[in-house]
Amino acid sequence: MAKGMREIKRQIKSTQNMEQITRTMEMVAAANLRRAQQAAEASRPYADKLKEVISSIAAGTKGVKHPMLQSREIKRTGYLVITSDRGLAGGLNSNLLRNVLAQIRERHASTEEYSILAIGRKGRDFFKRRNMPVIEEVTGLPDSIKFSDVKSIAYAAVSGFEKGLYDQLFLVYNQFKNAMTQVPTIKQLLPMATEDMTSASAASYEYEPSPEAVLEQLLPKYAETLIYSAALDNKASEFGARMTAMNSATKNAKKMISSYTLAYNRARQASITQEISEIVGGANALS
Amino acid sequence: MSSFLLEIVTPDRKVYEEQVQMIVVKGIAGELGILAHHIPLVTPLKIAPVTVKKQGAKDELLAVHGGFMEVRKDKVVILAESAELPGDIDVERARAAKERAERRLAAKKDEFDFKRAELALQRALTRLDVTSR
Repeated sequence: MAKGMREIKRQIKSTQNMEQITRTMEMVAAANLRRAQQAAEASRPYADKLKEVISSIAAGTKGVKHPMLQSREIKRTGYLVITSDRGLAGGLNSNLLRNVLAQIRERHASTEEYSILAIGRKGRDFFKRRNMPVIEEVTGLPDSIKFSDVKSIAYAAVSGFEKGLYDQLFLVYNQFKNAMTQVPTIKQLLPMATEDMTSASAASYEYEPSPEAVLEQLLPKYAETLIYSAALDNKASEFGARMTAMNSATKNAKKMISSYTLAYNRARQASITQEISEIVGGANALS
Repeated sequence: MSSFLLEIVTPDRKVYEEQVQMIVVKGIAGELGILAHHIPLVTPLKIAPVTVKKQGAKDELLAVHGGFMEVRKDKVVILAESAELPGDIDVERARAAKERAERRLAAKKDEFDFKRAELALQRALTRLDVTSR
């Protein structure tokens, strides 16, 4: 066997190994994606109900005042950035982070004007590397997120707004459309927009002890729930993106294997031809 | 006696959905008993057990951790960050949480920790209360 052939054979082998790994990762991502979608589905009734009740309070009582519904002068902005912990998900995290970074650079002159809350290792490392102020972080979320996993950072994010650490809070995450498309989204979470609070449900409730007191309890909960569903959405996006990325990696590996195989066969044929011509040449020389 | 539908929903899942006769909850303004055809009502809840009375069955107790209750004509929805049936509660863990919270309360550090420990204690007590009955 010629030396070149052994080299090619080794390459084929290692590409085959890689293909096997990427194919497995694709399948794992597909299974996780289904679960993540189910979780997102399961969290919807809770968020919908909260929104419904808040809307009906906002619609039913005139002139409700709550700090979370009122915009105030913006001295500092908070960004809650949700990314994944692991890579190998195509351009998912980098697209999102590039978008936020562009927006931060455009809006703020100095690091005094914003703070970052990070969910996920990728985002945290990205901002830390750039010496940007990360005031709160959560990493290592499990594949299927429970509400209790994000509770602490959601609470910190909402209470940071209440305490006046920032006067505006943006939620940054990948919105899940389908396995192929994830949309990097930057959405204002606080103060809440009162426009989407108008609903048709005109059920008149008794509020105990008072509409304001109920609202006071519900608004922070609603904001936390929105953060939770964004985290779920981002999880689904992560698996979707990983599935797609691994799918194309598998395809590429297949293509490489077939071109290596072709090269290998050519080399094999060449060496056989050479051997034959050597034998023939030797025989001719003898006769 | 007429019955109504009780739903208990958490962000993770729907914990409970059944026809019941009466429920007793602890709202932030005080204890409330809800029967069918109650006037529509919304109230936040304290961290406390919720008692569910059903026809021809023993009373059920659920550990409901905060959240709020919405009463409508035909059904009652309780939305809570977490809610557990007695069978789902890990008694050992609850007991450990109770002791931990008590230690923290005794240490009396800053206000934030204090509040958190207090809530943790309430949750642990609710869990233990529900399982012990």
